Amino acid sequence: MSTATAIGVDVGSTTFKAVICDGTGRILDHLIEPTRPQMEQQAREGIALLVERLGCDPALPISATGYGRKRIPSARQLTEITCHALGAFHLTGRPGLLVDMGGQDTKVVRFGSRGEVLDFAMNDKCAAGTGRFLEVILHRLCVPLTSVAELASKAERPVTVSSTCTVFAESEVVSLVAQGEPVEGIVFGLHRALASRVAALVAPLAVKEPLLMSGGVALNQAMVRALEHALGNRIAVLPRPQLVGALGAALAVRNSQ
Amino acid sequence: MLRRVRYELAGRVAFPLLNALSSWQRQLKRRGRKPRANPFGPPLDCVRKLRELMTAHYYVGRYAQGAVPVAWVTSGFPIEPLRALGFHIVYPENHSALCSAQHAAIDLLQAAEQEGFSGDLCSYARIDLGSALTGITPVGRLPRPDLLACCTNICRTVSYWYKNLASHFDVPVVMVDTPFVYGEAEPHHLSYIEEQLGELIEVAERIAGRRIDPERLERTMRAAWEGLVLWGECLQAGKAVPAPWTAIDGFFHMAPIVTLRGSEQCNSYYRMLRDELSDRVTRGIGGIKEERHRLLWDNLPIWHKLRKLSTLFAERGFNFVVATYTNAWAEAADLIDPAKPLESSAKAYTYVILNRDLEHRLASLKQLAQEYRADGAVLHSNRSCKPYSIGQVDLRSRLAQDLELRVLLLEADHSDPRLYTDEQIDNRIQAFLESFS
Repeated sequence: MSTATAIGVDVGSTTFKAVICDGTGRILDHLIEPTRPQMEQQAREGIALLVERLGCDPALPISATGYGRKRIPSARQLTEITCHALGAFHLTGRPGLLVDMGGQDTKVVRFGSRGEVLDFAMNDKCAAGTGRFLEVILHRLCVPLTSVAELASKAERPVTVSSTCTVFAESEVVSLVAQGEPVEGIVFGLHRALASRVAALVAPLAVKEPLLMSGGVALNQAMVRALEHALGNRIAVLPRPQLVGALGAALAVRNSQ
Repeated sequence: MLRRVRYELAGRVAFPLLNALSSWQRQLKRRGRKPRANPFGPPLDCVRKLRELMTAHYYVGRYAQGAVPVAWVTSGFPIEPLRALGFHIVYPENHSALCSAQHAAIDLLQAAEQEGFSGDLCSYARIDLGSALTGITPVGRLPRPDLLACCTNICRTVSYWYKNLASHFDVPVVMVDTPFVYGEAEPHHLSYIEEQLGELIEVAERIAGRRIDPERLERTMRAAWEGLVLWGECLQAGKAVPAPWTAIDGFFHMAPIVTLRGSEQCNSYYRMLRDELSDRVTRGIGGIKEERHRLLWDNLPIWHKLRKLSTLFAERGFNFVVATYTNAWAEAADLIDPAKPLESSAKAYTYVILNRDLEHRLASLKQLAQEYRADGAVLHSNRSCKPYSIGQVDLRSRLAQDLELRVLLLEADHSDPRLYTDEQIDNRIQAFLESFS
C-alpha cells in the first residue's frame, strides 16, 4: 500500500472535503460532508477519521483551502483558485481553462504548464452565478438535486428566467409556476440562465486549451450541457469534481516540501 | 469686516495655537506606547505637516462664510481664476473621501438616499448631498457656497450633482463643459472651453465684487504649474527600487495639489516632501520593509479600506509604486503656460485622463507600468466612477498580453463601504498574490 504523504482540506460554503494523498498525488481516501458551523472541529474530526481509516501518521502535513480555511490554523492556507488549478493540472497533465462551480461562487481559472495560475475571474458579489442560486430555486420548486438532470432533459423548451438576482429569480419562478409553465421547462430555463452568466465569465479568458469543470455543480449533467450550449464548446468534467480543490491543497503541501 | 478679521485670525493665530495643543496631547498619548508591528517602512516626517495643512484648510473654512467669497468646485475644475479673485475653495470630493476614510460616510449616504438620490449615483455625490442636507461633517462645518463651479472633464454626473446643490443653496452654478478628447482636441473645442473660462471670470467677479488682476492670475497660474511639477517629482521618486513610499501614501499626500493648488502653501509642502523622498531614496529606505513585487494601481482608492488593503499587500512584499489617479495631477504640467492662463488652462484641463479615450488610457498605463517597473497591476473597478471603470476589462487583457503583467480587477467603491465585501475581495487578492509565487 502507498504511503500517505499529505492531507488536503477544502472547507467550502456548502460542503467539507478532505483527502489524503500519496507521494504521486493519488487520493488514498477522502471525505465529503455538509459544512458545519463548527469548521475547526469538523476539520479535526474529519482528518482524524481519515488518518484512522488509513492507519497513517497523524502528523502528516495539512493544507487547507475554501472559505473556511482560516478556521484551520494548523494548516497551510491557500485560495481555492490556486488549489483547483493545481488539482486540475495534476489530473490532466496539461495547461487548461477550468470552470469551478461551487456553492458560493464560480471561478474560471486559466492555468499553465506547471499548474500555475495565469489568470482568473470570479462572479461578482452576489450568488447569481453559483450553485447556491440553483439550490434556492430548486428548493422552491420541490425538485431534489438528484433528479434535476432527468427533469431538465424532459423539457420541450426552456422557460426564460430573466432575473439575475437569486432572490428576485425565486419570486419570478413562483409567478411562472402560477402562470402554468411546466416545472421541467423552468428548470431547463434556470440552467440556461445560469450558464449564460458563467459563459460571460469564461469569455474574456477563453483560450485554445481544453475546457474543464470541477466543483459540486459539475455533478449536475444538466448544468454541464447548458454550459456547453452557452459556450459552444465541449467540457470535460474532472473525475470526482468535488475533490479537485482538496486534492490541489494536498499537492501544494507536497510541492512545498 | 469683522468676519474677515475672524477668518484671518483663525488661520494665523487660532489654528497654530490649537494645533500646538493637539500635537502636545498626541505626544502625551503616544508616550510609553509601543509602536505596533507593521510591514511598512518608517513613516514620512511630512505626514505631520500634511495633517496640519489639511486641518488648517478645513478649520479656516469654518470662518470663510461672509468673510471671503466661497466656491465649491469639482476636483478637475480650473480654479486659478477663483484663487486669483480671493475665493476660499472647497472640494466636496475631497470632503467625501475624508468622510469615507474616517468611517463617517454611511449616515450621509443614507441621508441622501432617503431624500431620493439613487444608490447608483456616485458615492462622492451622495456623501456631499447628504452632508449638505444634514449639515453633518467630521470637519466641524463647511462654509456655505456663494458659487458652485463644476467641470465635466471628470464626468457628467457633476452637472446634475451641482445643479442639485445650486437648488439647495440657492446660489449660481457655473459649468465648464469640456468635450471628450478622441486622439487630439479640435481647435474649436479649445476655443469653446476658453470662452467658458471667460464667462466663469465674469460670474466670479460679480460674486467677489472686484475685477480680476491679470498679474495675480498669472502668478496663481505659475504657482499652480510649479505645484504640478513638484508633485510630479514626488511621484517620480517611486521609480527607485525600493520605492521610498507607496502609492497609498500618495493618495493622502495628493490632498494639497487637489485642494490648495496655486498657493505657496501647497508648493512649499511639496518641496519638503520631495526632499524627504529623495533623502529616503539615497538612504535606501522603502515605503514597505521588504519590497519583493511592484504594483500599479488604477482608478480612485478605496478610501474606507486603504489601511487594510495596503497592509494585506505589504505583508506579502507587494508595494504599490504608482497610481494613475495620483499621476493625473502631474501629467498636465507641460500643458500649462502661465503667460497664457486661459488658453493653456483650456487645454490642460481638457487633457485629463478621464476626458481622454481608451487608447490614451492604455498608453498611459503601459508607460507608467514600464517606467516604474511594475510586475503587476490592480484595476479597481469602481462602482461609483463609471468613466474611470469603463473599458477596464479590455485594459486588463491588453496589459496582460502586451506587457505580461499579472492584473487583478477588483470590484468595489471609492467611498461607499456597503459595496465592499471583505471575504470575497480578500479571496481574490490572496489568489492574485499566490499567482506570483
